[in-house]
Amino acid sequence: MLDTFFFYAFALLTVAGAALAVTMRSAVHCAVWLIASLLGTAGLFLMQQAEFLFAAQIVLYVGGIMVLFLFVIMLVNLEAAARERQMRKRWPIALAGVLLLAAGLARSLEEGIRLPAPRPAPEAAAGNVQQIATVLFGEYLLPFEVASVLLLVAIVGAIVMAQREDAR
Amino acid sequence: MQELISHPLFTPLLLTALIVLGFPLVTGYLVHIERKILADMQARLGPMRAGPHGLLQPLADALKLLLKEDVVPAGADKALFWMAPLIAAFTGLTAIALLPFGERLYVADMNVGLLIISALGAVGVLGMTLGGWASNSHYSLLGSLRGAAQLVSYEVAVTLAMLAPVMSASSLSMVEIVRAQQRRGVWFVFDNYGLMIVTFGIFLIAAVAETNRAPFDLPEAESELVAGFHTEYSGFRWALFMLGEYAHAFVICGVTVVLFFGGWLRPFPNVAWLELPLNFAFPVLLIGGSGAATLMLVRKVRRPWQRVFLTAVAAALVSAGLIFLVPAVNHVLIAPFWFFLKLGLVLYLLFWLRGTLPRLRYDQLMNLGWKRLIPLALLMLFLNAIAGLLAA
Amino acid sequence: MYDKFIPTAADYVRFAPEILLTVFGTLIMLIEAGRKEDQRRPYGILSLIALAGAIYLAFPAYNNAGPAFQGMLIVDGFGTFFRVLCYVAAALAVLCSGQYLSREKADSGEYYSLILFSVVGQGVMVTANELLMVFIGLEISSIATYVLAGFLRDDQRNNESALKYFLLGSFATAFLLYGIAWIYGLTGSTDLSLIRAALGSANPPNVILTGTAAALMFVGLAFKVSAFPFQIWTPDVYQGAPAPVSAFMSAGPKAAAFAILVRIFMTAFEPIAARWEPILWVTALATMVVGNFAALAQVNIKRLLAYSSIAHAGYILVAITAQSQIGISAVMFYLAAYTFMNVGAFAAVTHLAGKDEKYVNIEDLAGLGQRQPVTAALLSVFLLSLIGVPLTGGFFGKFYIFKAALDSNLVWLTVLGLLNSAVAAYYYLRVLVVMYMQDASAEVPAPKPVSGGILVALVGSAVATVILGVFPSVILNFAGKSGTLNP
Repeated sequence: MLDTFFFYAFALLTVAGAALAVTMRSAVHCAVWLIASLLGTAGLFLMQQAEFLFAAQIVLYVGGIMVLFLFVIMLVNLEAAARERQMRKRWPIALAGVLLLAAGLARSLEEGIRLPAPRPAPEAAAGNVQQIATVLFGEYLLPFEVASVLLLVAIVGAIVMAQREDAR
Repeated sequence: MQELISHPLFTPLLLTALIVLGFPLVTGYLVHIERKILADMQARLGPMRAGPHGLLQPLADALKLLLKEDVVPAGADKALFWMAPLIAAFTGLTAIALLPFGERLYVADMNVGLLIISALGAVGVLGMTLGGWASNSHYSLLGSLRGAAQLVSYEVAVTLAMLAPVMSASSLSMVEIVRAQQRRGVWFVFDNYGLMIVTFGIFLIAAVAETNRAPFDLPEAESELVAGFHTEYSGFRWALFMLGEYAHAFVICGVTVVLFFGGWLRPFPNVAWLELPLNFAFPVLLIGGSGAATLMLVRKVRRPWQRVFLTAVAAALVSAGLIFLVPAVNHVLIAPFWFFLKLGLVLYLLFWLRGTLPRLRYDQLMNLGWKRLIPLALLMLFLNAIAGLLAA
Repeated sequence: MYDKFIPTAADYVRFAPEILLTVFGTLIMLIEAGRKEDQRRPYGILSLIALAGAIYLAFPAYNNAGPAFQGMLIVDGFGTFFRVLCYVAAALAVLCSGQYLSREKADSGEYYSLILFSVVGQGVMVTANELLMVFIGLEISSIATYVLAGFLRDDQRNNESALKYFLLGSFATAFLLYGIAWIYGLTGSTDLSLIRAALGSANPPNVILTGTAAALMFVGLAFKVSAFPFQIWTPDVYQGAPAPVSAFMSAGPKAAAFAILVRIFMTAFEPIAARWEPILWVTALATMVVGNFAALAQVNIKRLLAYSSIAHAGYILVAITAQSQIGISAVMFYLAAYTFMNVGAFAAVTHLAGKDEKYVNIEDLAGLGQRQPVTAALLSVFLLSLIGVPLTGGFFGKFYIFKAALDSNLVWLTVLGLLNSAVAAYYYLRVLVVMYMQDASAEVPAPKPVSGGILVALVGSAVATVILGVFPSVILNFAGKSGTLNP
């Protein structure tokens, strides 16, 4: 009962946060709602007994990425951009596309509701930090390591894009 | 009564009540102690008016803050302006719940406790950032921006430094980390052939930077930004910010104690014959002794009601010291005694830094974080891993 | 307890080429960081050494074929083929880059590092046996390419190109990732063979949901291969990016994306092939038509080549629609031929464009036949191959594709595809006509004779194009052997 309540509370926070994040006018408010949405997701992780993901989600997304987002939003004056109406000419096409996609997804979800119930997640015997570590450094060692190349590329790219001309 | 005490929720709920109700008072006195220590370092007296030696000053300040007019600047983003101090205070107080004051003396022990504390600290910054932005003031905004950049830069170093003790303890649970130090019979700060001392240094520097305290208090640098992100805040909301900041500092000191100084453990936790001198004689002498010292002060005070007040304080201290002689009470109180003693020493170190070091310049701050601390922390993590494997 | 964490020697052998490339990519950056102002920049040579080493190491990896790193990768003939193809494409691009970068005064280590890292991503992609690896490989390759597309930061066209590519590309990757999440939810796995097993089992997950997931992933991959209707970015990006980067983008990342498209749809989604075949049919046709007809009206040669690359993606999709071993071999052969002829054409453009890429219109090529007979002749080889004239690789490529389509009874698609090739001949021939039949304009200065890296790239590509046209069996035998993805 309490679980159900929390599930819907977190789900509502996630979905409503996401919706508001794309509809609010002020960029800072968008970011705040995105944070709310991310916190909702973190809550959902917690309900699945995935404490590590819960904490990592908050540390990385809320504490790292969103703080940087806010930093950039506040640093760059977005007032002028906010006043300008976006997608002036083609919004009916975009709207039609989005509605079509939404209808398609809703249709397939409606079909999908008749799926058999999903299997329950395996009960975590050891702490789930240990389990994550075993999987991450065992089975998924290569993706874990290759992801570091991805980050390296992203850093190099960011520096190439951002460095000053006289620094060349 | 016995049933009530042995209920699993008894300790957590009691502690929660103590934290929520008591911490504002603790904050008040922390500020007071800080002012006194700084005054002493600068050869001043500090607050002396309210009460003997200004002992009632925190209460007077609290009353003043509660009664002040609540000013919201024109053009402020009201919702965020109101929300920001709440975030700061909430996250700070919640993080205290994860500190273990004793083997069983904690509100919550999670298997990712340390990460949750980092997470709460990270969310707390949002309070500062949003508060500064919502104030609609240039000083506030600049303070916020500095704060955001500072946190993101130093969080990496803090986390990397945290990893070494976590690695030695093979756990992220705060209680488990202390137990691991008990098993190894040494506080982690002296572990790994002394390598951990460097890690501790990195942690301390980066953690101080994360709490925005001097010499890293750029977000509220008064000589440049009036008061930084909380320039436009006053009264109760400002008090909430202060509460959050001191709670954060308190938590950081608590984490330092848990990660590096054996949490609630006494020095040499596994040397049995040291139990009598360290667990009995030492607290009695320390607390009782300070009571005795207070008694000496009584003679210097003129006003009679102040004499009465100071005598009462001295008596309370002496009896608090003597109570450690009762084995049953000692058994319960010795763990929090050591925890808070160590925490107090780390806090003193923070005050000391504030009294000694000048504020860093912004580029120095960034250079220190990215070019010194993070590479060094990575190197130390690597060396600690090797040392840990050798020791195992 | 620890044995699970330690990869075996075979794992390292199978992954060695990517490791070597990563090491060299990092090395180049370190050299750049410690370089004195007046020292030479040996990055081009280092990159070529790295790529040659990677090609060399791909063979022991192939001889030890099999899954690596707990089934994350699978080194097989198909993967090895595309791996080597991507390395070759990158090597050709590197050969063109040296002169280009010194002409634009933008010579720096990061450029070469990014190319090497991008190839690492492509290597991971084409050998991936896990959707997770597909995603990471695709992201490495894409992010490096986004930056390369905007490498000349002060050039407005570069900026436009990088920004469009980045925004649309990230959006497309999000689709792919969303599809992967759906698949994981439906089958409980991201391993391609396990997904196939789950979808082909007696009790498969809801086919509409699976179809939606496959469609989401198809959107992501279709963007990367620039198939209709996700081709809109291609002309702007290819036109705006530095010419050697356009050469690289049109070959390496594209081949890798095709490889993974084939692998995912022919292994994991093979059980629901009846569902996606019609979609692929329509996409293939629409891509050919859009590419070819839009190319007719182009005046800018980079843009023309971009539209032609869209059209060629359409031909390749025809071969995938055939869903047969011979179809896969045709895809492999076609991509090999296409890499040489397309990179070759872009290499010629790199040379002729001049500083700041001023001369990239078709009219600027007027009189090239007299001014620069060698360059003109080489460019003609590539254009003829792009048309599909016999004795060039392009001819056999098209031949095998339409043969595979006919074998799978795709008669209409074949007929329409052939009609499209006829249309395509017009715009390629137009370039030839301008080169040989029109007099040089006085406004366009005569280009310098081609030399150095670009010459090597041009001649190498031309020779390869002709060899593939005369002795297609060189590659076809290997492709035919490796066309089976499910041993």
